[in-house]
Amino acid sequence: MTAPILDIRGLDLSFDMFEGRSHVLRQVALTVGAGQRVALVGESGCGKSVLLRAILGLLDRRKRVMTGEIRFDGTDLVRERESGLRAIRGSRISMIFQDPSSSLNPVFTIADQLTEVILRHGTAKTTQAALALATSALRLVAIDEPERVLASYPFQLSGGMNQRVMITMALINRPRLVLADEPGTALDVTIQEQTLRLMRRLTTDIGAAVLMVTHNLGVVREFAEYVYVMYAGTIVEHGPVDELLESPRHPYTAALLAAVPRLDGHSLPRPIAGTVPNFLSPPPGCRFQPRCPHARPACDAPPPMLTVAAGHEVACVLHAEKVAA
Amino acid sequence: MSPRRMNPARISLRRLLHNRHWYRFSRNSLSLVGLLMVLTITLAALFAPWVAPYPGNAGPGVDFAHASQPPSRAHWFGTDISGRDELSRVIFGYRVSLSVGVIVLAIAVPIGVVVGLLAGYYRDWVEMVLMRVTDVFLSVPPLVLALAILGVLAPSLRNAMLAIAAMWWPWYARLIFNITRTLTGQGYVVAAKVLGASDAHILFVEILPNCMASLLTKITLDIGFVILTAASLGFLGLGVQAPTPELGSMVAEGAQNLPDLWWMSVFPGLGILVAVLGFNLLGDGLRDLMDVEV
Repeated sequence: MTAPILDIRGLDLSFDMFEGRSHVLRQVALTVGAGQRVALVGESGCGKSVLLRAILGLLDRRKRVMTGEIRFDGTDLVRERESGLRAIRGSRISMIFQDPSSSLNPVFTIADQLTEVILRHGTAKTTQAALALATSALRLVAIDEPERVLASYPFQLSGGMNQRVMITMALINRPRLVLADEPGTALDVTIQEQTLRLMRRLTTDIGAAVLMVTHNLGVVREFAEYVYVMYAGTIVEHGPVDELLESPRHPYTAALLAAVPRLDGHSLPRPIAGTVPNFLSPPPGCRFQPRCPHARPACDAPPPMLTVAAGHEVACVLHAEKVAA
Repeated sequence: MSPRRMNPARISLRRLLHNRHWYRFSRNSLSLVGLLMVLTITLAALFAPWVAPYPGNAGPGVDFAHASQPPSRAHWFGTDISGRDELSRVIFGYRVSLSVGVIVLAIAVPIGVVVGLLAGYYRDWVEMVLMRVTDVFLSVPPLVLALAILGVLAPSLRNAMLAIAAMWWPWYARLIFNITRTLTGQGYVVAAKVLGASDAHILFVEILPNCMASLLTKITLDIGFVILTAASLGFLGLGVQAPTPELGSMVAEGAQNLPDLWWMSVFPGLGILVAVLGFNLLGDGLRDLMDVEV
C-alpha cells in the first residue's frame, strides 16, 4: 500500500448529553492510502457519518470529547484549530453528501456557488478565471451545456444534475481526500450508478483518495478497493474488498452479507435481529454480542484485532479460539 | 448571467416582477388594492410640493379669511382653524409618516437581523444572552416603552423614531432567530462549512439571503404599524412638533374642534387608515406569494 493520506489511530469519541456520556466511537483505527478508494460499511446509526464529521472537525467542540489521532497528510486534525481546519476543508479534504439538491443554496445560481468555492481557496484568482474553470469542470462531469447549468438555480436542475454539480464542487480544488456520505442514496439507482462511475473516474484522474460511507454492499464491491466494517462505533473487520466479501470472518459482516436482497435468490434476505445498542451504556467488550449467534462469556473482554489473511483483520474471539486450537 | 453574487434585494425584486409571480400576485385583488394605495401615497409624498394644491400651507401660516371651512371644491378636505388646506397638510403629513416608517425599520431591522443570526447560529450562551435581552424588550408593552423613552428624552421626531426603533427590533431578532435555527441544519449550510466557508460567510451569504422572503414580507407589513405607532405618539404630542404637519398630531388638533370641524380629524384619520391598510394588504399579498410565515 502507498503511504497513507489519512491515518486514524485509537480514536475515541463521546458526547456529553443530559442523560450522561454517550460513547460513540471506541478505539477506531482506519487508514486510507493516497489515491485509495476505501469504503466504510455498517448499519444506520453505527457511527459512520459521525466519523466523517469528526475527520472534518464539524462536531460541536463544546459537546464532544475526542481523544486519539486523526493524521491527515502530517497534520493531526484532532488537535488542529478551527482556522486551520477551515483552510483544509474544501481544498485538501472535501465532502459529497447524500442529497445533492438540499446541499446547494436555493437562492444562488450554480455559477455563484461554484466560483465562490474556487475563489475562496485561491484555485483561481479572478472571477473570469473561476468561471472558465467551472465551465470546463462541468464538461468533465458530462454536462453538455455548462453555460445553461451555470445560469440555473438548483431547483431548476434535476437531482442527477445537482449531484454532478456537487461532485464538481467537491473536486474542483483538487483535494487529496474526498469524504462521501452515501452519495446518491437520495436519488434513484441509475443516477446513483452514474454518480459512482463519475466519482471513480474523476478521483482517479486527480489522484484523490476516497473514504465512502455506505450501507450498500453492492456499492462497496463496485467502488472500493478496501473496506472497513463498523458496528456501534467500533471497527469489527477490515480487508481488501474481494477477500472480505468472499470470506467474511466476523459474525456481523456475515450477517450484513446475509441481509442483502438478491435478484437470483428465492428466499427473502435475513435481517439481523435486534438493534444497534444504546451508546450511553454499550455492552462491555464486543459491542455486537447481544445480537451475535456465537456470543460467549469471553466476549465481555475487548476482542483482539487479529490478522486472518494479507491485509485482512478481524476483531472477534471466534477467530482467537481458532488460532489457539 | 452575472457570475457575481446577486444582491439579495435584487433577487426578491426580480422574483416579484417575474411574470409568473406577478400573475399570482395580481390574482388577489386585495393585494392590488394595497399596492395601489401604497404607490399613491408614496408618489404623493415624494412629489408633495407639486401634488399638494396649497404647498405653502405645509408650514406655519395663517389665513383667517379661509379659516375653518368645510370641504369644498377649492379645499377638498376643508381648512383648519388657521385657514390651512387640510389636503395639502395630509399629503405633507405622509412625507413624515413614510420617512418615519422607513427610517425606524432601517434602524430596527439590521439590529434585529444581526441579533437573530448570531443567536440562532451559535446557540448556547450567545442565544441565552441575546434572546433573553430580546424577551425583556418584548415583555414591555410597546407603546409604554416608547412613552418611557420619550419621557426621558425630549419629544421630537428624531427621538420618537429612536423610541419606536428600540421597541421594534426584538420582533426581527425573534423572526430571524427562528429561521436561522431551522436553516443551520440545512444541507447547504453544512456543505458550505465542509467546503471551508467562514462563519461570516455562512451567516450573511448562506443563511441571510434565505431569510429575505420572510424579512421583506414582515417589513412591508410593519411599515403600516410603524406609521400607526408614530401617529399614536404624535396624537399624544410626543412626536413631531408643530408646525410640521403630521397625521397623528393633526387628528389630535382636530379632536379639540369636534364635532363642528369634523373634517379636521376625519381626513387625517382616514389618511392614517389608508397608509396602514395599504401596507397590510400589500404585505398579506407578499406573504401569500412567497409562502412564508412571519
